[in-house]
Amino acid sequence: MRKLTLGVCMAALLAAGAASAQETVKLGYIDPLSGGGASVGEGGLKTFNWIADEINAQGGLLGKKIEILPLDDKTNPQEAVVQAQKAIDAGARFITQGNGSSVAAALSDFVTKFNDRNPGKEVLFFNYAAVDDALTNDKCSFWHFRWDANSSIKMAAVTNYLKTQSSVKKVYLINQDYSFGQGVKKLAREMLKAKRPDVEIVGDELHPLLKITDFAPYIAKIKASGADSIITGNWGQDMALLLKAAADAGLQANWYTYYAGGAGGPTAIKQTGLAGKVHDIVEGDSNTAAEAAQKTEVEFRKKNNISIWYPRAFNEMRMFAKAVKEANSLDPKAVAAKLEGMTADVFDGGTGTMRKDDHQFFQDMYVRSFGPLTAGQKFDEENTGWGWTVKGKVLAADTNVPTTCKMERP
Amino acid sequence: MSQSLRTFLGFVLFAAALAVAPLVFSSGLAITMMSLMGVMVIFALSYNMLLGQTGLLSFGHAVYYGLGGFCAAHAMNYIARNKFGVPLPAIPLVGAAAGLFFGAIFGVVSTRRAGTVFSMISLGIGELVAALAGIQRSFFGGEDGIATNRVKLAPFFGYKFGPQVQVYYLIAAWCLICVVLMYALTRTPFGRMCNAVRDNPERAEFVGYSTQRVRFQAFMLSAMFAGVAGALAAINFELMNSQAIGAGTSGQVLLMTFVGGIGHFFGPIIGAVLITFLQISLSDITKAWMLYFGLLFILVVMFAPGGIAGWLSLHTPLLRGGRILNLAPSYALAAIPLAAVVVGGIALVEMAHHMLVEAASDGSKMHLFKIAIDGASPVAWIVALALFFGGAFGLKLVWPRIDDAWGEAQATGEKA
Amino acid sequence: MLQLILFSTLNGVLYGMLLFMMASGLTLIFSMMGVLNFAHASFYMIGAYFGFEISRRIGFWPGFIIAPLLVGVVGALIERYGLRRVHKFGHVAELLFTFGLAFVIEELVNMFWGKLPVDYQVPPSLDFVAFTLFDTTYPAYRMFMLATAIAMFAFLIIVLKRTRVGLIIQAALTHPNMVAMLGHDVPTVFMMVFGVGAALAGLAGVIAGPALVTQPSMAALLGPILFVVIVVGGLGSLGGAFAASLLIGLVQTFAVAINGSLVDLIGPTANTIFGELGNVTLAQIAPLLPYLMLVLVLIFKPTGLFGNRET
Repeated sequence: MRKLTLGVCMAALLAAGAASAQETVKLGYIDPLSGGGASVGEGGLKTFNWIADEINAQGGLLGKKIEILPLDDKTNPQEAVVQAQKAIDAGARFITQGNGSSVAAALSDFVTKFNDRNPGKEVLFFNYAAVDDALTNDKCSFWHFRWDANSSIKMAAVTNYLKTQSSVKKVYLINQDYSFGQGVKKLAREMLKAKRPDVEIVGDELHPLLKITDFAPYIAKIKASGADSIITGNWGQDMALLLKAAADAGLQANWYTYYAGGAGGPTAIKQTGLAGKVHDIVEGDSNTAAEAAQKTEVEFRKKNNISIWYPRAFNEMRMFAKAVKEANSLDPKAVAAKLEGMTADVFDGGTGTMRKDDHQFFQDMYVRSFGPLTAGQKFDEENTGWGWTVKGKVLAADTNVPTTCKMERP
Repeated sequence: MSQSLRTFLGFVLFAAALAVAPLVFSSGLAITMMSLMGVMVIFALSYNMLLGQTGLLSFGHAVYYGLGGFCAAHAMNYIARNKFGVPLPAIPLVGAAAGLFFGAIFGVVSTRRAGTVFSMISLGIGELVAALAGIQRSFFGGEDGIATNRVKLAPFFGYKFGPQVQVYYLIAAWCLICVVLMYALTRTPFGRMCNAVRDNPERAEFVGYSTQRVRFQAFMLSAMFAGVAGALAAINFELMNSQAIGAGTSGQVLLMTFVGGIGHFFGPIIGAVLITFLQISLSDITKAWMLYFGLLFILVVMFAPGGIAGWLSLHTPLLRGGRILNLAPSYALAAIPLAAVVVGGIALVEMAHHMLVEAASDGSKMHLFKIAIDGASPVAWIVALALFFGGAFGLKLVWPRIDDAWGEAQATGEKA
Repeated sequence: MLQLILFSTLNGVLYGMLLFMMASGLTLIFSMMGVLNFAHASFYMIGAYFGFEISRRIGFWPGFIIAPLLVGVVGALIERYGLRRVHKFGHVAELLFTFGLAFVIEELVNMFWGKLPVDYQVPPSLDFVAFTLFDTTYPAYRMFMLATAIAMFAFLIIVLKRTRVGLIIQAALTHPNMVAMLGHDVPTVFMMVFGVGAALAGLAGVIAGPALVTQPSMAALLGPILFVVIVVGGLGSLGGAFAASLLIGLVQTFAVAINGSLVDLIGPTANTIFGELGNVTLAQIAPLLPYLMLVLVLIFKPTGLFGNRET
């Protein structure tokens, strides 16, 4: 009986998959849609749906409409592989993912092996937010393209900015104890040494990932060290709790972060009242963006109730559409060939390039700080009344970090 | 028909089902899903060796599954690098050895006592090993885990195990072997001693068995089978990462085993198949799938503590006595309020979820069971509430009838 | 250095007291009902969210009073209509019931308040600097948390030592069957204990919510640590729970403050013996120490530091 029910369920599921297999270009969106990471995953899904509508309104890809297939990977690499299989079964030849470098590494590995074993059925993987350096270095793959600046690029941008800030004398590093956090720590040490040899690193801390409920002890250490600036790659609750503890202890240092702008970050900063102290490093800023981008931002916020977190998703999808057009084909191999080395306009203005050697995208980066809106600034974040102000722009040419990738092309 | 013949036929049927399944469900997803089910069946059965058969509630069983998987992944990479002639089907033996080894080490400290002390030590060891996974990077590969490539090993009768369906048959074969072995184990004197240690440790001691030693042996064997499951998972995903070793996986195997039913050998099999299926498919249908998972678990604990297998086995004496049809009228009567409760409950959850989570950006209009409704309209809510509470009230009314029917059928069944 | 020690002590004691507010209820529930309540930290979370909801409508102080009471009622209802039903199936079923409950509560919180942290603010009346020492400030709100926890501890002691109900509870801790035989309505006592335990956890949530971040994962973060506290302290021992709470609070806080690794301690030979582990600092493994303590204590003294019963 149970087997029968199960069989019926399965059959229904598979039939449903077949019925919807009309002539669309399917893009599997694999990200957390439940559990702790869901708020970020849902935001990404809204972004991709929005962009798909935009491209479809302009005629789609070679006359076919893009369809986003949302798939929940629960931020688990093994689950993501199952979901990728699901996407392929439903006819997707392109998948995109962003949350979790371990998930991205698993997907890149899966896609590479899958393409190897199933010639003629290749699948292409677009990465819009996983920043682990390895993905475009020793683990690089021809089938993986990354639009987010990787960890080195971000650190190169931050340290280039710090070159202009002579008031920075003592830096404290605090990061999550896993490969990303350790990478940030290592990069910060190397690049600070190269670009600001006069800066003293007064502390270097790795704390367990997402396990700390009260950062007060860490803040006590930072205070004791006399640091004037802190560099951190923390995200999520580790960022929010860290800032909260800092505000409680009255720590008045500057924060240089990768992810203070992430979902919930602005609310947390506003709560702490650290005006103008918290910086982040991003590829685009709504308050200084080009007019067209600002118009999109207004419409996007009106429809989705969130700001555009991922300008790079626009870059990804628009370049995807451009590559399909240039290749005049939806074959992933042909599309990949066109994407390699492509230069295109980026969302907030200016241009960027997909480097052929490692499939890493390069564009101008911005260092911003968060505080009360000033005159002329249009956009606040998360209805806090506070917004981002661009403090410095780092040109793409200045973040041109080397790669160890030896690309194996089919 | 004798008991042993029936058991034998049961296993033949199980083997046949395993062999035929990919022909019936041939899509890539179905085969991936069934491969995972095979892994989970072994894992859940190994867990039930502790919980169901020896009465040990562990919160850290994923440790042995994960370590088996990591050792298997390393072994695969090592064999591929050195071009040893070991084929892929032998890799689960590595997992078994790793499970046995770590089971022996951690078993020494954790099985000295049963009950709460055992549970808490397993919780502590589970957390420690999971945290160690983040520190000891050369073995656990950080949170990226250890990737491997199964086709790099020596071919096995010409098979390279690239296509998923070949991996499915590999897993199915191992699944069959392990299920038969674990079943056979329950029939040995050792298996009986486990039950005795669970039910009455004083008496087991009194007749001359060391309960501590029985627990230790059961623990090691259970860890060994968990290691096989882990190795098969490593082969299936070609990736082992620290999430597989954490508390989430330990909780998952507990859920599978309990929902399936700990009192019957085949219970965990049902649980593993059902939960794996739900885990992969439910998230496509509803965003509140985790809530349904929790509710399912609570409902099973409250209303069917024997799990699905316990409920099914209520019917075997009736089936044997040919009296199963006596239940039909009562079941038919109960089906109506039950359906109302389920539909009403789902409607309430989905409407609440939509109004609370999505309405802000997508508006209050939504689809439920393919019917367009407005989550903001009181009518929809009144209907859902009426269905739910009406159904619950109805169930309460007909429940005594079912209870009677069970009792009656059972009584006549026994007479016959 | 002195500054570090002083503030680490303060923070450690505060964290320990917060743990104790939850552990006291958990250990009472366990020793009376035999239930390891996996959902106990969930009551702490519900407390924080109720407090947040009330504080943004009426104000912090009404929330401070009402929210724990509401949580207590929720707890009592869960005991009455859920746990009691499962009781006849044995302790494993009860434990699994609370396991599922924790899951459902987290999902409901996700649904009602979203997955992101909510803006639960410190009341303006307590939003000032209590004192400044070596130019590090210590917020008044944290002092208030400490005071609340101590007041609650005193209250608990008085109830247990000086009232009739306290006597019954104390008796039920050690001789549950005897108490039932003496004619006390044990199910009602159970329900009340469960409700009060939930309310205490709720109170901890209300006061911790604004200081730490109020978010759906706050229960999962603290849940396992609570078990460590009550097991290390000794199941059923309130004094043990108190000592273990403070111990774990202080150990965790101080481990963070110390940057030593095995290499620092015994030189590079540590690397040859322990490999990568030689370079791991104490700060990195701070949150692990409670679990290490748990395993060690259970191996060498299964009754816990101050307890005298195993199950």
